[in-house]
Amino acid sequence: MQLKIAVSEQDHIQGASAAPVTLVEYGDYECPHCGLAHPVVKRLQKHFGESLRFVFRNFPLSEMHPVAEPAAEAAEFAGTQNKFWEMHDGIFEHQSQLTPEFLLSLAKKNGLNPQALSDALESGTFRERVRKDFTGGVRSGVNGTPTFFINGRRHDGPPDYESLSAAVEAAR
Amino acid sequence: MPNPLAPGTKAPDFTLHATPDQTMSLSELKGRPVIVAFYPADWSPVCGDQMALYNEILPEFHKHHAELLGISVDGVWCHAAFAHDRKLHFPLLADFEPKGAVAKMYGVMRPEGFTERALFVIDKEGVIRWSYLSPVGINPGADGILEALENL
Repeated sequence: MQLKIAVSEQDHIQGASAAPVTLVEYGDYECPHCGLAHPVVKRLQKHFGESLRFVFRNFPLSEMHPVAEPAAEAAEFAGTQNKFWEMHDGIFEHQSQLTPEFLLSLAKKNGLNPQALSDALESGTFRERVRKDFTGGVRSGVNGTPTFFINGRRHDGPPDYESLSAAVEAAR
Repeated sequence: MPNPLAPGTKAPDFTLHATPDQTMSLSELKGRPVIVAFYPADWSPVCGDQMALYNEILPEFHKHHAELLGISVDGVWCHAAFAHDRKLHFPLLADFEPKGAVAKMYGVMRPEGFTERALFVIDKEGVIRWSYLSPVGINPGADGILEALENL
């Protein structure tokens, strides 16, 4: 399966555009498997350094995970103020505490206005953005979370360090 | 060997239990496209298993006015518990007695006693227009279904 939606300026990106390998993750903030994959991605970034560019896209399974959608919208909200990754990391690092109230306190901790976040969640300001990630993922063959793409090709092996680092190495 | 019914074949009608006291027939849905998703069993242990994923994608299927039916050999009570737990908004049909009879008609019963992971997109006239057999351990996702619906 190939990634159908090319990485663009619309994406949340860590790393240089010149990096030979781009790792795209479709993830859900409330999915325990994504929680486990979070430190794996950090370790990959540390190991591969400037050779690896990382992109995170939303794929909330909101029927199953009621806080996944607000969490995704909260990260998008933070993204409009250049705090996407602070929010992203904060959510995954405290996944067991994930509630709507936690999102507000995490926003506050990162210097964002919790009331503005609350309003944005209420009015669904970022819902379409999240939905766009989701539908793009469906078209690219995302069939659960997390799903990784390495240089545009779906990684069908397990989302663990051994498997992903071997695939990144092979794509370099 | 599985031998799923090919595109162009008239979809065999069936009537199965959707709940303990309700049955559902394919022919009731004539006039609308129908997605039939055979899957091995309720309660697979991963996030975003096939049925949960389709549940999330349901609004996209509905844009094509398509109905989705999940079918496995699990019984109605098992389906009810599973559908409740995963908050599924589409019917799961029990191909339970005689076991796998519908799956056999569609050529997707496995010798181990459960069905293949197989997808059929049936047009509003009741003709199979697309079918797909996935390796049983691999969630086929929904991209193929959406493409097939677009091509109707």
